[in-house]
Amino acid sequence: MRLGDDALMRQGPGGPSDPSRHGQLGVSTSGQGAGAGGSTGAAVQARRLTKRFGDFTAVDAVDFDIQVGEAFGFLGANGAGKTSTMRMIACLSPISGGTLQVLGLDPMRDGPQIRSRIGLVPQEDTLDLELTVRDNLYLYGRYFGLPKKQLRERVEELLEFARLTERADERVDPLSGGMRRRLTIARALVSSPSLVILDEPTTGLDPQARHLLWDRLYRLKREGVTLVITTHYMDEAEQLCDRLVVMDAGRIAAAGSPRELIEQWSTREVVELRFEPEGHQVHGDRLADLAQRVEVLPDRLLLYTDEGDATLDAVRSRGASPIAALVRRATLEDVFLHLTGRSLVD
Amino acid sequence: MTLTPQLPSAAATPRRRARTSPPALRAYQYNLLAYKRTWRGSLTTTFLYPVLYLAAIGVGLGHLIDHGSNQAVGGVPYLWFLAPGLLAGTAMQIAANESTFPVMAGIKWLKTYLAMLATPLEVTDVLYGHLLWILTRVALASGVFLAVMTAFHTVHSAWAVAAFPAAVLTGAAFAAPVMAFSATRETDKSFVVLYRFGIVPLFLFSGTFFPVAQLPGWLQVVARCTPLYQGVSLCRGLVLGHLGGWDALGHAGYLLVMLGGGVLAARVTYRRRLVQ
Repeated sequence: MRLGDDALMRQGPGGPSDPSRHGQLGVSTSGQGAGAGGSTGAAVQARRLTKRFGDFTAVDAVDFDIQVGEAFGFLGANGAGKTSTMRMIACLSPISGGTLQVLGLDPMRDGPQIRSRIGLVPQEDTLDLELTVRDNLYLYGRYFGLPKKQLRERVEELLEFARLTERADERVDPLSGGMRRRLTIARALVSSPSLVILDEPTTGLDPQARHLLWDRLYRLKREGVTLVITTHYMDEAEQLCDRLVVMDAGRIAAAGSPRELIEQWSTREVVELRFEPEGHQVHGDRLADLAQRVEVLPDRLLLYTDEGDATLDAVRSRGASPIAALVRRATLEDVFLHLTGRSLVD
Repeated sequence: MTLTPQLPSAAATPRRRARTSPPALRAYQYNLLAYKRTWRGSLTTTFLYPVLYLAAIGVGLGHLIDHGSNQAVGGVPYLWFLAPGLLAGTAMQIAANESTFPVMAGIKWLKTYLAMLATPLEVTDVLYGHLLWILTRVALASGVFLAVMTAFHTVHSAWAVAAFPAAVLTGAAFAAPVMAFSATRETDKSFVVLYRFGIVPLFLFSGTFFPVAQLPGWLQVVARCTPLYQGVSLCRGLVLGHLGGWDALGHAGYLLVMLGGGVLAARVTYRRRLVQ
């Protein structure tokens, strides 16, 4: 029996977990299953899940399964339906159609019970800027009904985890964006959730702060916490997510692991060529047969190919002499732009 | 990671769960913690307000009024007349203050409501927790006000003790509907309008400073129908000890209905605003 199952059976669904029973961060690993009914192995299961706001359909009959213990990503441009989906999973927003199960429970009926077992990191921080770092954590734990003594110990652990111990008695107001974000994540962990939902956790952070956050999320994942992440940073999705879906206009455009998505929707490598800008279209037409797909951008030519070096040699042997040339592996960003287009969505 | 430390806490789990406080009280606790950082200033104001008003208007202006005719306000010194009216008026003002801007803060500025709703707390817990806090503030202010009134020798009936719950009820009757209203607002501009055309006129013309009999005939009818008039009459009647039983029931009933209606309305507007 795994630690999480064990903890959960004693605790029963909906009861606050006891951090002292668990590992370093005291997260319960399993989630649904024991005691909650419907042990499907899926932490979240959506079938034709729909969200409408008046006439506008934000999420349009999507299907997905999020397995226990995996890091699952939702990618998409602004307005693709990611946040609406997150809010439905977090039982903050009623579903308009289809079915949704979270930790084996029904969000429409068991909202408080589900929320007692998930941690939410919303897109916008909802920290109380006037209160101290420690009070923010403590108070949030009280919302979960955690007993005071146990909570005080938990808060110290979380301060350590978020590297905020030294700032514990300062107000939140003067803290940097990265610190606030870490505090928000620490706060979401106060009840030792088995599912953590992070809505654009690193937007607006500098690289150092992002990497520190990623490190913290890895640690959670290692402890068996199921992570649901939305992001529009492709490198982040590639780094963090075991599997992900690309959302576009409320629908799922593609699903799979980052590797699978690249294999399915892109070539292995990409050759980037830079010519004089006015020559891009001409060169694009001339070199079209050298790659599986050619994309002409205002500032460069992209040749999608499985053998980048060979393609570049072929380009040179045709007498084309780019100002700059670069062979790189295809990334999730290539897949994303291919699937959702390059035009701005506002 | 070892399993050993888990055993004692596992045994303690059922008892611990039984001790968990009701959800609305957990929401209430937020305000308690937040008040810790402002209570000094807030309490000072709570003391100063009745002292200043009673001294300036009750004693100062009252001296002139009593000089003219001691029958002007029903045969009692003006200060005695004014103090319980101000008590009710203050309860209303505190309630209105606390159920406008802080509600907007919960929804938009600090988003404390949103933080609560990501936890097991439900919309009604957030609402009741906040309402309970507003009543705490009203109770605190009313208690202090009554103490100051006693110091000014304006309390002359044992019934004055009942003026405390009466003042809190007056505050509650305003808090709930104003919260319901605040939850529908996008900006705080409407609050200024509410004050200018609601709270301030009520404060001035509901019998707080002078008997409504001074008003022209039709305005008297309007004034007697206002909610603050009920609170003022209730508090004054209790403090001066001349309130009839039926009158008391009438005033209290009016305020209770307003409280109940306000709570029902707030349940609807809070849900509409916070659950989308």
